[in-house]
Amino acid sequence: MNFNGWIQIGLFSLLVIGLTRPLGGFLVAVMEGRRTWLHPVLRPVERGIYAVAGIDETREQGWAGYAVSMLVFKVACFLAVYGLLRGQALLPLNPDAQAPVGPDLAFNTAISFLTNTNWQSYGGESTMSYFSQMTALTVQNFVSAAAGIAMAVAFVRGFARRSAASIGNWWVDLTRLVLYVLLPASIVIALVFVWQGVPQTFAGALDVTTLEGAKQTISLGPVASQEAIKMLGTNGGGFFNANSAHPFENPTALSNLIQMLSIFSIGAALTNLFGRMVGNERQGWAVFAAMGVMFLVGVAALYGVESQANPVLTAVGMDGSMGNMEGKELRFGIAGSALFATVTTDASCGAVNGMHESFLPLGGLVPLVNMMLGEIIYGGVGSGLYGFLLFAVVAVFVAGLMVGRTPEYLGKKIEAREVKMTMLAILCLPASILGFTALAVVLPGPVAALSAAGPHGFSEALYAYTSATANNGSAFAGISANAPFWNTTLALAMMIGRFLFVIPALAVAGSMAAKTAVPASAGTFPTDGPLFVGLVVGVIAIVGGLTFFPALALGPLAAHFAMTSSTLF
Amino acid sequence: MLKDIRPAVVTLAAFTVITGLAYPAAIAGLGQLMFPSQANGSMVLRDGKVVGSALIGQDFSSPRYFHPRPSATSAADPADASKTVAAPYNAANSSGSNLAPTAKALADRVKGDVAALQAENPGVPVPADLVTTSASGLDPDISPEAALFQVPRVAKARGVAADQVRALVEAQTAERWLGVLGERRVNVLALNMALDRVAK
Repeated sequence: MNFNGWIQIGLFSLLVIGLTRPLGGFLVAVMEGRRTWLHPVLRPVERGIYAVAGIDETREQGWAGYAVSMLVFKVACFLAVYGLLRGQALLPLNPDAQAPVGPDLAFNTAISFLTNTNWQSYGGESTMSYFSQMTALTVQNFVSAAAGIAMAVAFVRGFARRSAASIGNWWVDLTRLVLYVLLPASIVIALVFVWQGVPQTFAGALDVTTLEGAKQTISLGPVASQEAIKMLGTNGGGFFNANSAHPFENPTALSNLIQMLSIFSIGAALTNLFGRMVGNERQGWAVFAAMGVMFLVGVAALYGVESQANPVLTAVGMDGSMGNMEGKELRFGIAGSALFATVTTDASCGAVNGMHESFLPLGGLVPLVNMMLGEIIYGGVGSGLYGFLLFAVVAVFVAGLMVGRTPEYLGKKIEAREVKMTMLAILCLPASILGFTALAVVLPGPVAALSAAGPHGFSEALYAYTSATANNGSAFAGISANAPFWNTTLALAMMIGRFLFVIPALAVAGSMAAKTAVPASAGTFPTDGPLFVGLVVGVIAIVGGLTFFPALALGPLAAHFAMTSSTLF
Repeated sequence: MLKDIRPAVVTLAAFTVITGLAYPAAIAGLGQLMFPSQANGSMVLRDGKVVGSALIGQDFSSPRYFHPRPSATSAADPADASKTVAAPYNAANSSGSNLAPTAKALADRVKGDVAALQAENPGVPVPADLVTTSASGLDPDISPEAALFQVPRVAKARGVAADQVRALVEAQTAERWLGVLGERRVNVLALNMALDRVAK
């Protein structure tokens, strides 16, 4: 650890705080259909889409109608992506002659991108044509991100409205988020990336003769346009196999900072949107603060661990002063890599600028725990906020039990139906993560896909299902997951993590919207102060964290003690 | 549910055209116009020929050149396409080693590399980046310490004074962006091209 590293982490944190309020205000304006400076250009496009699609933008939907529209849209996305990948050899823009994507990989990839996970069982530059990258994967990066934000806004409407039967119109929310938020921001970010060195060309890979006379084939492509939305939409699926560690995806320390800010900015701004929509910005800042505390704990722990060298390597004569550099890029160093790994797993991004598999065992523990908590630390765009608010419901329920009062949150009574739905959503995460991991490690076939032996091999499987269920998409990437068992079970985990989580959440929103407000009294537990922040962080640590402790003991903790005692595998 | 089919198909088609075709094409047009070098991969020319990309590392093994970090990239085995062989700095297949910190293969590899470097420059600590693979396998940079470590070997192989080579390393050392972001580093390709210019 050094002073400069902390300065970089501090600077990043300040920039996130600075972006939260202005961006939150803009999001509210867009979602409420108010006129923005983009309207002269984009409003005709928006109206055109509604006209052709037969969408009445003034008609709202109840929670069930909203959920059904979302699911039908996802089915259409699945069919489109699956078809484009299977048929890519027949389609244009394939200068490097990529073969059709196989059925189980196309299935896994389609589910992966439509659930905003972007788990990749493949290496981009050796699998996908430019046409697939653009029309299948980039499009899903936009719409899956817009879907996450739309569902979060619908969820917040549930708290903000009184005696209401509807929570918004899915099609309108989706369209506005793509057109007014994600597209303009992506254009600006993509151009900054090109300036920094990210290629944007339709020419195929280039063969060069190096200084020593060897031949080097350099993969290129329309990288910058995909990179911008990959970060902003917390998607995380890389154009290249090495993702944001590849110098063409993330060439400089400045591009690295912009990538991390892109990951957090919308998630953080949604806390402010929440505050504004429920009529008290302090409510939003309380959520922001609880997330911020957990972020800082994570980044401090990871930076601290990775600043240490692997004792096994210093024992054979390597100088340890740089820290653990295996699987890290020099231009980011330990601080830039630790911060990125924390940010990408706090959110559901899953882009990586260093290889998590080669982190020290306790270093790899931090991304794992971030994901196991449900990625509610700013979180995936949208999913972070509704995930966090479900934990907030549990926290006020626990507080209500302690004092023997009916719990209330934001003036709404929390009753049996809401608590049941909340627990259903929260419990599907450990059920999927632990269930699938147990299955994979007891079956003889799937174990062959693990690259590491010993406890780290168990961590590899645990990380894969945690990442898939939490819709993150990062990996302990030594795993050879492009096999039917892994492609199929990981796709199931992604669907459970997305849809079995969000449908109960929308049901909670629907029943909250229908309730009347209870006026605050002396007995109301204030949810905009430090006591609430402490309580909700505690609930997240206990409910989210303790469930996974036995599995973490078998994986990263056992690997840590193996490493310190020089037991190698 | 059936009434959702038309909006689903129309919105997805519209977004495919807007975000999947128009948006990448617009970035390509603007990028090629505003930043033509970067948009095409920051290629580096010598005597009118492309010798590589400023952003992508390349393999150097001659003692006359500075060496990059070890690379874990691979390529399909020409003898058997179902297998892979080591191919350092294969810029068509980026990859880290993904070795676990408890992997015997990692400890053995580092042990061998450290021994070779210590034989070359005895008594000087071996910088970690010279014996660890990068995340992409294409890292274009090494630390200033790693460059300085190699100065005696390069100077000897080229028959020039070590001080002259050391001055070259210092001139090629890039500072943190605005003094804050990132790490101090030396681009290996740029350093070796500068070396070729001053000490043929």
